[in-house]
Amino acid sequence: MSELGPARRLKNLEPAGTARATAMVCEAASCLSSGSGAVHTALVDALEAAGVDDVGVKRVGCLGLCAGGPLVSVPETGELYREVTAAGAPELAAALAAADPTAPRAQPDPFFARQVRVVTEHLGRIDPESLDDYLAVDGYAALERALAELSPGEVLAEVTASGLRGRGGAGYPTGLKWQTVAKAPGAAKYVICNADEGDPGAFMDRSVLESDPHRVLEGMALAAYAVGAGRGYVYCRAEYPLALSRLKLAIRQAERAGWLGADIAESRFSFTVEVRVGAGAFVCGEETALIASLQGGRGTPVPRPPYPATSGLWGAPTLINNVETFASVAPIVDRGGAWYAGIGTGRSKGTKVFALAGRVRNTGLVEVPLGITLREVVFDIGGGIVDDRPFKAVQTGGPSGGCIPADHLDMPIDYESLAAVGSIMGSGGMIVMDSTSCMVDVARYFMDFCRRESCGKCIPCRVGTTQAWMLLTRITTGAATRADLDRLESLCSMVGATSLCGLGQTAPNPVFSTLRFFRDEYLAHIDERRCPAGVCTISVEKEAVRR
Amino acid sequence: MGAGPDALIEALHAVQETFGYLDAEALAYVGASLRVPPSRVYGVATFYSFFTLKPAGEHAVVVCLGTACYINGSGAVLAGLQRELGVEEGGTTDDGRVSLLTAHCVGTCSLAPVCVVDGEMLPRVTAASVLDHLTVSAVAP
Repeated sequence: MSELGPARRLKNLEPAGTARATAMVCEAASCLSSGSGAVHTALVDALEAAGVDDVGVKRVGCLGLCAGGPLVSVPETGELYREVTAAGAPELAAALAAADPTAPRAQPDPFFARQVRVVTEHLGRIDPESLDDYLAVDGYAALERALAELSPGEVLAEVTASGLRGRGGAGYPTGLKWQTVAKAPGAAKYVICNADEGDPGAFMDRSVLESDPHRVLEGMALAAYAVGAGRGYVYCRAEYPLALSRLKLAIRQAERAGWLGADIAESRFSFTVEVRVGAGAFVCGEETALIASLQGGRGTPVPRPPYPATSGLWGAPTLINNVETFASVAPIVDRGGAWYAGIGTGRSKGTKVFALAGRVRNTGLVEVPLGITLREVVFDIGGGIVDDRPFKAVQTGGPSGGCIPADHLDMPIDYESLAAVGSIMGSGGMIVMDSTSCMVDVARYFMDFCRRESCGKCIPCRVGTTQAWMLLTRITTGAATRADLDRLESLCSMVGATSLCGLGQTAPNPVFSTLRFFRDEYLAHIDERRCPAGVCTISVEKEAVRR
Repeated sequence: MGAGPDALIEALHAVQETFGYLDAEALAYVGASLRVPPSRVYGVATFYSFFTLKPAGEHAVVVCLGTACYINGSGAVLAGLQRELGVEEGGTTDDGRVSLLTAHCVGTCSLAPVCVVDGEMLPRVTAASVLDHLTVSAVAP
């Protein structure tokens, strides 16, 4: 990608001596797409033209509030400048040259005030392309200490004590998974980082990889040490060119500095990491399909057991976690499992990163303690609905999740509560919908997604999702009868119960959850041939249909 | 990367990056080099949506159909482009100028709806704004 590709490397402007102020320019994909690269260049030019030598300009990763991009943060004053343009750079440069670091700091926006940052603690603070920056925030300290002072079992014990659960979607206890791999017999073991973030509306892993890639590598190395693996792979989707280039750069830097490779940090532990690029298949987020793809084949799943933990890549014990899970490991080892378990609630410990998007004011990347309510995320952090329209639903868990209506806004966000309302935690996509969205159309949208992404291996998923999509299309075009609705429900039950992998098993969830909370919208399409949200084009004459 | 069968996807990526698409000759060559039967090379090349067996147009327009883009009107953007360009999703205009593609989320949901034109991400698009961009980039060097 021209704007985002590896060829574009902007030089940071280092201040002479102590910085009066530093313009931290967000150069993750979203802000870059709105022109933050040009802002960076223009700021450097403006400061040099004005002869200012005590103000720095620095490339950083995601600053979080993507809705306001391009963003420039100034840590010395606490200011966050939004929608900065290259044309406005001289003005901003003048303001920075006159900045007073001793003045009272600006109050942080409510968007930031409610967040608890663990996974994202370095985002927007360090240059993602600089190993020195990562080391300056105690990067690789957890790995160095673990290799010098802790046994693999002790690292594993901290992760188990933390209560961390897999952040890719299913929420399987991370410590338990690690134990299984550690105990599995086999000389060669593998660690795989799943960066095939496929849920539409999810960009947590992209942001972490673009903003703090070394953190993910450190987590993988700690995991490899704990389970006894010597080789690791990051399987990343091709749609993320910037994440890929920064990750590859980080691997090269870590290898050169001895944080990856043979005898890491003067220990006897060796670990290498390779990047493999996906080729556009949602099903490859499923772990057995991912392994098939890593081995160079079609990404089709196989029945489990055996689980990859005992028989994975090349039949060897394989640990698969996603980006966010690995990015949580270094602070857990560093500060202790008990510290992490002190955040969160019940059986959902720690923090979770969400990609807040849709019809909400403050779209962007947020990290919150589990147990926070949906209302706090959507209204306090998210700033409420665009144009003050009425809130309708928040969609979590992507094509495997559900739509949660206004009645449940005060429920806590944890694995069990989300499952109880027919949704899932998922990987962290959170799409807010208002009165302009038709819930039947949303269900149809997700079924269309699953239909296109079904790998075709098992019949319930391959045929069932297409049939369900056709029935949903009949409803949204006003051609359906009540009998079609019954057919849809029984078909969805069958697809969920009999599909081979998670894709098909969870594909009916958006239908079930919208039927549960928005059945009246289905009935309006069927009985009254009316789309309450005004989204669907009711085109077919009902009489013609009945014949 | 080894030079065995597990390198198939990486090799296909490299070929497509160089030539823009995968033709029969390239598939046969990759298969022979990695000792993978043609059936499996074809199977893999057609399984993944990123690979294309047809030459692409001069410009690639990718309409994001992620959830955030969808509820912010990317369906209308796609329909408008199909109408104005006279091609279906996945097709290339008769003059070979534009290929119209779709993606399931490119991960910049705050800018929805987005299009990726020749690798450049265009935020908050309409069909008209994408067509304008294409006209400008046709004139530009």
